[in-house]
Amino acid sequence: MLNYIWSFLIIAGIMFASFTGNIENVSNSIISSAKDAIDLLIVMAGVVSMWNGFLTIADDSGLVKYLSYKMKPLLRFLFPNIPKDHVANDYICANFIANILGLGWACTPTGLQAMKALQELERQRRVNNRRPHSDFHGCHLNTLPADIDNEYTASDEMCTFLILNISSLQIIPMNMIAYRAQYGSPSPMAVIAPGLISTLLTTCIAIVICRIMCRPKT
Amino acid sequence: MKLISYLSLFLVPLVIFYIVVFALLQKKPVFELFLKGAKQGLITVAEIAPTIIGLLFAVGIFRNSGALSFICNLLKPLEAFLPFPIPILPLAILKMFSASGANALLFDIFKNNGTDSYVGFSASILLCCTETLFYTISIYFMSVQIKKTRWVIPVGILLSLVSLILSAWIARVFIS
Repeated sequence: MLNYIWSFLIIAGIMFASFTGNIENVSNSIISSAKDAIDLLIVMAGVVSMWNGFLTIADDSGLVKYLSYKMKPLLRFLFPNIPKDHVANDYICANFIANILGLGWACTPTGLQAMKALQELERQRRVNNRRPHSDFHGCHLNTLPADIDNEYTASDEMCTFLILNISSLQIIPMNMIAYRAQYGSPSPMAVIAPGLISTLLTTCIAIVICRIMCRPKT
Repeated sequence: MKLISYLSLFLVPLVIFYIVVFALLQKKPVFELFLKGAKQGLITVAEIAPTIIGLLFAVGIFRNSGALSFICNLLKPLEAFLPFPIPILPLAILKMFSASGANALLFDIFKNNGTDSYVGFSASILLCCTETLFYTISIYFMSVQIKKTRWVIPVGILLSLVSLILSAWIARVFIS
């Protein structure tokens, strides 16, 4: 994807500049943006490694595990159809906590584990659903939409999990704070409160939409 | 709103305090763990350095050619009808595909509008509450061979639009 975006920006920029006579600006920008990038990276190196240090303490001291455990009751509400002791619950909790704390290194691995567990759950369901079909009772099966019964179709839980991941609930957006500091913000941390409000609101909206989309079909 | 902003300044020190005290109670070597994490953080920054240099360069060319302001000026008449400033629209679209691309565009906005102007602040909030939609969906679904994604993509795009409107609105509330 970046291959296309990157070459589009360069080619379109240079072509536009040659038609509008801005080529001198473009030449100057090549050097100045290289310098900007290094200035930014110096600030980021400090902030990101400091924050990463604290997150590593949180991870290693068991705080992340503790928070995941605390989060479990909430999962009953978000995913009422996952059996209570299913391993998918643990992975989903771990992934949400990693997202909330901004543990970049833990998000994708736990997310992939959660998807695998959800897939296993869906397979199990399909096996269980097929059984009553073969012995002529349990006609409720026919009320399921046809596309649910497909190996390559996302389950309700998978969709909900992904949407909640995309709405990206995060307590402290440390990268954004570093960027704002570098570009001369008088108060880089001022973004925390509005950021938290907006991400909470979008997450709530996401939950409502998922609830509507996952309602049992009649 | 002033009060909320003020209270949020306590959040980072409070989280750090909590992390350190929690780890000490577990009798962990806190400083050694910190050093381990900080080293890893430095490596992460070094790893993304080439991406940042390359993208800032490309966005710099695009911006200085006048193409970006040309597009924004074309859309300018729409601004009166839209509940968000025009410059954050390309940001929201780019963010669906690439986080680092969106960041490069964000730096450009910061540079030209300031971090705490209406546009700059909306942009800051926007990138806090959106995620790289297509990238996340593709790696997560690919890992379990799902081909039919059902309602995930339309709902994801709808949510991006909601975040776009929300962040502009919240920015206005907090700035005034």
